[in-house]
Amino acid sequence: MIAYVIRRLLILPIIIFGVTILIFAMMSFLSPGQRASLYVAAIPRGAGQMDEIIEKYGLDDPIYVQYFRWLNGVLHGDLGFSKIGKASVLDTIKRYIPASFELAMWSAIPLVWIGIQLGVISALNHNKMIDQVLRVFAIIGWSFPTFVFGLLVLMIFYAKLQWFPAGRLSDWASQAVLSPAFTQYTRMNTIDSLLNLRLDIFWDALRHLILPVITLSYVQWALILRVTRSSMLEVLRADYVTTARSKGLAEGVVIDKHAKPNALIPVATVSGLVMIWMMSGVVITETVFNIHGLGWWVATSASQLDVISVLGFSLFYAILVVCGNLVVDVMYAYLDPRVRLE
Amino acid sequence: MIKFEEAERGLETDLEGGGQQRLRKLWNSVRHPPMVIQRMLKNPVSLTGIILVLMFVAIAILAPVLAPPVRPDQPYRIPRDGYLAEPKPPSAEHRFGTTEGQYDIYYGVIWGTRTAFRVGVLITIATIIIGLLVGTTAGYFGGWIDEGLMRVVEIFMGFPFLLAAITLAAVLGSSPRFDRITTGMIALIVFGWTTYARLLRGDILSVKERDYVMAARTLGASHGRIMMRHVIPNSIFPTLVVASMDIGSYVLNFAALSFLGLGAEPGYADWGQLISFARNWMPRLADYWYILVYPGAAILLFVLGWNLIGDAFRDILDPKLARSRR
Repeated sequence: MIAYVIRRLLILPIIIFGVTILIFAMMSFLSPGQRASLYVAAIPRGAGQMDEIIEKYGLDDPIYVQYFRWLNGVLHGDLGFSKIGKASVLDTIKRYIPASFELAMWSAIPLVWIGIQLGVISALNHNKMIDQVLRVFAIIGWSFPTFVFGLLVLMIFYAKLQWFPAGRLSDWASQAVLSPAFTQYTRMNTIDSLLNLRLDIFWDALRHLILPVITLSYVQWALILRVTRSSMLEVLRADYVTTARSKGLAEGVVIDKHAKPNALIPVATVSGLVMIWMMSGVVITETVFNIHGLGWWVATSASQLDVISVLGFSLFYAILVVCGNLVVDVMYAYLDPRVRLE
Repeated sequence: MIKFEEAERGLETDLEGGGQQRLRKLWNSVRHPPMVIQRMLKNPVSLTGIILVLMFVAIAILAPVLAPPVRPDQPYRIPRDGYLAEPKPPSAEHRFGTTEGQYDIYYGVIWGTRTAFRVGVLITIATIIIGLLVGTTAGYFGGWIDEGLMRVVEIFMGFPFLLAAITLAAVLGSSPRFDRITTGMIALIVFGWTTYARLLRGDILSVKERDYVMAARTLGASHGRIMMRHVIPNSIFPTLVVASMDIGSYVLNFAALSFLGLGAEPGYADWGQLISFARNWMPRLADYWYILVYPGAAILLFVLGWNLIGDAFRDILDPKLARSRR
């Protein structure tokens, strides 16, 4: 396994190098003039000024020269300037991470926990009514476009019933958070408020999170439910479960102690993947709920053709995904000794 | 959106090396289509899916009758009734109401069905063809070709699907070379094929060491002939059948692009584009529910139809569940 990890770590730079080429290839679709406008905050009015910028940044040079210049910048942490974030791309990413991470974290809990519960119920009642109902429920969630579901819950619970608000915090709470009396340790409101012992702010932040969390997790329940269900069905037919039953163990013990731990191994892997994917799911969710996090920033940048920001984020994300996949692989091999990584 | 199949099937193969068995099962059922269809018609879940999809096919075919275009040369432009900013509720004249800018929602939903089929079918065919070329080449030749191609696949998979599509659509959309619909489709195709390449490669690997392939090789058959006559029909056809059910998920992702303003342009008959109007009316969405509900229901039912069929397909063809049914 160690050999596998080392091999994968050696491949990692190759993959990331490939990703940068892909990103740059996408960028080369833009004309020099368009790329020049990405380097400046406001498009200059004078006729000759654009040419000056093109000259200054070498946007007319052969493509490989430009690539290495760009790569050099990236290696020095210079990903360019984000117009939406009004700061360098790297700083903008740092600023928006907490909101997205908080959302993904809170969504992962109900997603994985409820998904597993429902999957187990489904498997224990295989082909009975409740199994069919749960499956249809999950397929509907899986067929719901995130933005339609998000807008729908907003329409019902925010616009109509006014139970839950939109955004990240109410006005009074965001003022309290920004006041000097409140220390922002992590910039995640739910955690900071607990650390500052401000339960009112915690409650406010949680209320704002409920709708996006429901949205982000419902559309992905199907996957966890299905994997749990089919893995559980498989395990329930295994010899050791039959042995446990024939020993005369209570059915509850058989399921909790013998079946579940083994059935949940693949679920753990899929959950890992879902967490990674979730960072991509936040793009739509944050846009719909107007939460200013990474996803909102990327979507806004994309629609305003701030390509530098989008590419910078893609690079950041690609590294995250490649590393995350490796962790998931290793975790799987660790949990299930039958799996050999080679 | 999650590439559902891959995660699931990857696990299946990991768990029990069930590739072979799955393939045989798949192949048998594909070779006897009447049996598969019979089973799908008996199951209420897949029957619902089939009815939903057929309903949308009917709407797409009958679009000119259901919503006669005002300008027959440009049927995909939604007719406008003035330029008033505020959406108008359903009335005798506009059955589903109008969006901001007075685009007729009923017209958009009906003709949007054609857009959905066009987008979904084209993307599915294109991604499968690319996946087929890459996957079969990698699986059949093996060695460094396989190694290289799989690294390329990994590079493409380094991006999350929707985000990658957003990036490419944004870049391509900034140049006037393509119209916006094409841009969105290209973006989804460029990052959509990787799953198929991987799955098909696995299928090929499981078939190519079989005796009959060896026999053909010994007889001096060319690579192309072995591929076309022996490997492809015996390995990947079943995967292709299942992959063809992904039309729904591509329509879903395209709608997401349109919603972000990167797919169809405003006024084009496209469901996601219609819903994007709802964003501007958020706090009063309860009053303007029709902007969201009608096109939203269209997308949901369309995708649901395909997913119900696809799910039933997988269920019939899944060896694990089949065993438990006996």
